[in-house]
Amino acid sequence: MPGTGIGARVRRKEDERLTRGRGRFIGDFHIQGLQDVAFLRSPQAHARIRSIVKPADAEKQIYTAADLSGLRPIVTASSLPGYKVSSHPPLACGKVRFVGEALAMAVARTRATAEDLCERIAVDLEPLTPVVSADAARAPDAPRVHDAWDDNIYLLANFDSGIDDALRDAPIKVVREYRTARHCIHPMEGKGLIAYWDHQASQLVVITSTQIPHVIRTGLAQCLDLDQERIRVIAPDVGGGFGYKSILQPEELLLSWLALTHKQPFRWLEDRREHLTAGANTRQHQYRVTAYADARGRLLGLDAEAMVDAGAYSVWPYTACLEGAQIVGNLPGPYDLPSYRCRSFTVATNKPFLVPYRGVSRPGACFAMELTLDAVARAAGREPADVRAENLVPASAMPHTNVAGKHFDSGDYPRSLERARAMIDLPAIRARQQRGEADGRRIGVGFAVYTEQSAHGGKAFTSWGLTVIPGFDQASVKLTPDGGVEVRSGIHTIGQGLETTLAQVASDVLSIPIERITVTLGDTATTPYSTGAIGSRGIVMAGGAVARAARQVADQAKRLAAHLLQCTPDDVALQDGRLVAGQASVSFADICGIWYLRPDQLPDDVDRRGLEATEAYKPSVDTGAFSYATHAALVAVDTDTGGVEILDYVIVEDCGRRVNPMIVEGQTFGGAAQGIGTALFEESPFDAQGQPLASTLIDYLLPGPTELPSIRLEHFETLSPFTEYGIKGAGEGGAIAPAAAIVNGINDALAPLGVEINELPATPERILRALHAAGTSAL
Amino acid sequence: MKPVAFQYHRASDIDDALAQLADSDAKLMAGGCSLGPMLNLRLVRPTLLVDLRHIAELRQVACSRETLRIGSLRTHAEIEDGGLPDVTNGLLPHVAHRIAYRAVRNRGTMGGSVAHADPAADWISTLIALGASLVIKRPGGERTIAVDRFVLAGFATDLGENEILAAIDIPKLSRHGRWSYHKICRKTGEFAKAIAAIVVDPDRHYARIVCGAVEATPVVMTDTAAALQSAGTAAALEKVGPELRRLMPGHDAVFLQLHLTALRRALCELDRR
Repeated sequence: MPGTGIGARVRRKEDERLTRGRGRFIGDFHIQGLQDVAFLRSPQAHARIRSIVKPADAEKQIYTAADLSGLRPIVTASSLPGYKVSSHPPLACGKVRFVGEALAMAVARTRATAEDLCERIAVDLEPLTPVVSADAARAPDAPRVHDAWDDNIYLLANFDSGIDDALRDAPIKVVREYRTARHCIHPMEGKGLIAYWDHQASQLVVITSTQIPHVIRTGLAQCLDLDQERIRVIAPDVGGGFGYKSILQPEELLLSWLALTHKQPFRWLEDRREHLTAGANTRQHQYRVTAYADARGRLLGLDAEAMVDAGAYSVWPYTACLEGAQIVGNLPGPYDLPSYRCRSFTVATNKPFLVPYRGVSRPGACFAMELTLDAVARAAGREPADVRAENLVPASAMPHTNVAGKHFDSGDYPRSLERARAMIDLPAIRARQQRGEADGRRIGVGFAVYTEQSAHGGKAFTSWGLTVIPGFDQASVKLTPDGGVEVRSGIHTIGQGLETTLAQVASDVLSIPIERITVTLGDTATTPYSTGAIGSRGIVMAGGAVARAARQVADQAKRLAAHLLQCTPDDVALQDGRLVAGQASVSFADICGIWYLRPDQLPDDVDRRGLEATEAYKPSVDTGAFSYATHAALVAVDTDTGGVEILDYVIVEDCGRRVNPMIVEGQTFGGAAQGIGTALFEESPFDAQGQPLASTLIDYLLPGPTELPSIRLEHFETLSPFTEYGIKGAGEGGAIAPAAAIVNGINDALAPLGVEINELPATPERILRALHAAGTSAL
Repeated sequence: MKPVAFQYHRASDIDDALAQLADSDAKLMAGGCSLGPMLNLRLVRPTLLVDLRHIAELRQVACSRETLRIGSLRTHAEIEDGGLPDVTNGLLPHVAHRIAYRAVRNRGTMGGSVAHADPAADWISTLIALGASLVIKRPGGERTIAVDRFVLAGFATDLGENEILAAIDIPKLSRHGRWSYHKICRKTGEFAKAIAAIVVDPDRHYARIVCGAVEATPVVMTDTAAALQSAGTAAALEKVGPELRRLMPGHDAVFLQLHLTALRRALCELDRR
């Protein structure tokens, strides 16, 4: 095996350009005649549109819904019974349903002049009462976000294993309410695209910052009523996705319509203010949880009601209910629950639509479950880590189907908790708490354990009602005339290093170093179909497909080599880039040179498949490969300022076989940084009129380097029995547990004061208000 | 967001800049750290932007017997790096080092910050604590004004439409002069939620305590300062809570707690300096 195969800590191929500013993002394209598009966005959350009047001298540069002939609204069907379908017109039509919804678009040679045009559009809106919270949306007399609906509920998802009435007399009963904040996603590069008409190919070309180019083509075709071979979607360098770029955006439709209509190139780049005030939001959940346990804290049952504030419209292709439907399955986490009931409401409000973000519903579900476990432990008077250990699904039970039907494929959850507990040194922390801190702060430790379902397939997605679901991912592998390798996959790299890891997989199979392997991704014209970079599926799915295609090419190369080596294909082995039979060998370059350039040396009955292959892959089950981890956080709380400092942070993770451990570590650190944002900083508040209150990065805080701890990370490698090489996905995991671990740490620190935080983010103000309410403030 | 269209003028000297101000919609730009985003958000819509950064006089530094005069276009970074004479026993470099991020400090200027008068910014509280005053140029003359009188309210100053803030006069601290500066921020580099600045100079019989980041002109705590001067830190700690509540009526408990914490910590840190 060369030094660049599976398991090698090689440097990322893409970093040569990305770290030197030589990447090519949407803003880096220069196309002759390019025009910029700016949007006039609604200043009101809920209003009827009386009129939109264009300035007389610029009518042709401005478009409203009335101009968009042939463009269909975004309508996302769901197979779940009772689901209400919203219709999302790309430019508002009849009503506006959130602040930031596009009312009109203006086209000009520069963005500034397009914005000048937007300022000159006269809009007359008749204000309607906005629906600004999930609670308000469910009130019987609430205004309707969608007039034709009989309430504001997209979906009520239910699960009930049967809860025994006798549980009411359980020794421990804990009731809690939790809230997670609506927040933004903030990829470093905002959303953006260029659309133009390619006269040579007779194709609409859409260069868009997306995670799912092949799926976007389908969505565009449906809304534009265009045959799919007439559309080419290219994802160039994408400066972070995290789910934000995994949906069909109205702006993608509008620019495609412009390009199709005018056969000219158009560009739109989301700016930070648009991201903060008009882009999709994420994460907003509410829970009411009742946990029943025996005197030692062993869970007997969990009864929960969840609400997801999904905003004004359903997103394509995930519907409005991916979060709400997943909560039901994810709330039990890695714990063995004898009985479980969950009702999950997904409601419509006059706020931006909700998009699945790194971890999807799990950060909220994990927060609710892990805080509940700590509350149970406090009620039992026991160490929360002990109570956790006794409730986790044991390794001996693997594979295990839990109470909600999740099929855990492999792993040792208690061992990861045990190791995290040892690394953070729980006894030393307890002793330190007894001594107190010299600076007067209070320290506390919190744990959180989660599972991360990855690379799940059709059946899992149909259970959430989706009508666009992943199946096989395909990849192509081709040898070049001088023995290099070209890998093509329709998945996309959005910063997670797939150009490197897919090359490592091919390198592992072919014994060719990754320096001779190029990887082409994310272009519908040049790559085979992929559902895209979502759901922690990339390396499992595309990696599996590349492995199979590479094996097929290796097999074909061996057949050619057998001719030259005068042996049978079975006698040929791959070694250090050569095809070897006994003492004799030929290089890949030899084989390739003969196939492409000197075919006269080959017999007439040669294998005609040549030196390329396309193969498809999906895991042997649809239920996914479950990565898991324990996070442990040691925090210090300043009760005078409400400030929280993370003193130590430990992660013990198992994502099966790691193709490149360094990349997995990077993914985990990055995810944890985002999770720390969820825990302590990030929040998009709205006022009673539905106005977003965080419209710049002065008001919306993201964690920076000085707010992030040096995370200590360890890995187990429990191979999945269901995937190629036993790989499990790892992209989302880091973001799932930080909020739960950190707030458990805060609550551990504040428990002696009788204070408990149950809402995200745990800001200084929330902590101070809780201390004031408990009468323990310094004032 | 992109700015509205405007004319740009690179002023060569103060008189040239003053002449441009005859245009009533002209806007002066120093480092542009606050003005840049405000232009992009179209909160400011000038017809003419007058760039002050190339006026040599606005970068002059001069020392007299009692004050250091700092040209208003000197950057936070220059002060942080010790490029200017230090007459404050380290207070100015200490504050400068903690303003926003280095990229901001490289461009942002002391004069620009004072003229912008963001109540949560560092210099206005620091300069009021030092008893600094400002040199303001107008056509045909100049005037000086104390910083606490210059800042009228949040983002509102005494600067006239035909005037330029040219320099800051910093009173020299004596050898025994002490200071402390405590600010509470949600994260590194953010604007402060609470600021306390204290300067004590026994040789000049000077003591001033300032509570900043109060959504208005920073508040001078005279009773607490008097107690500190006459009876020491413990007496000042007794006084500070009641005085803050008296000076800041109608503020909620969290606001008061953060400012009181900043003041108490600054008082305790003063003892350690």
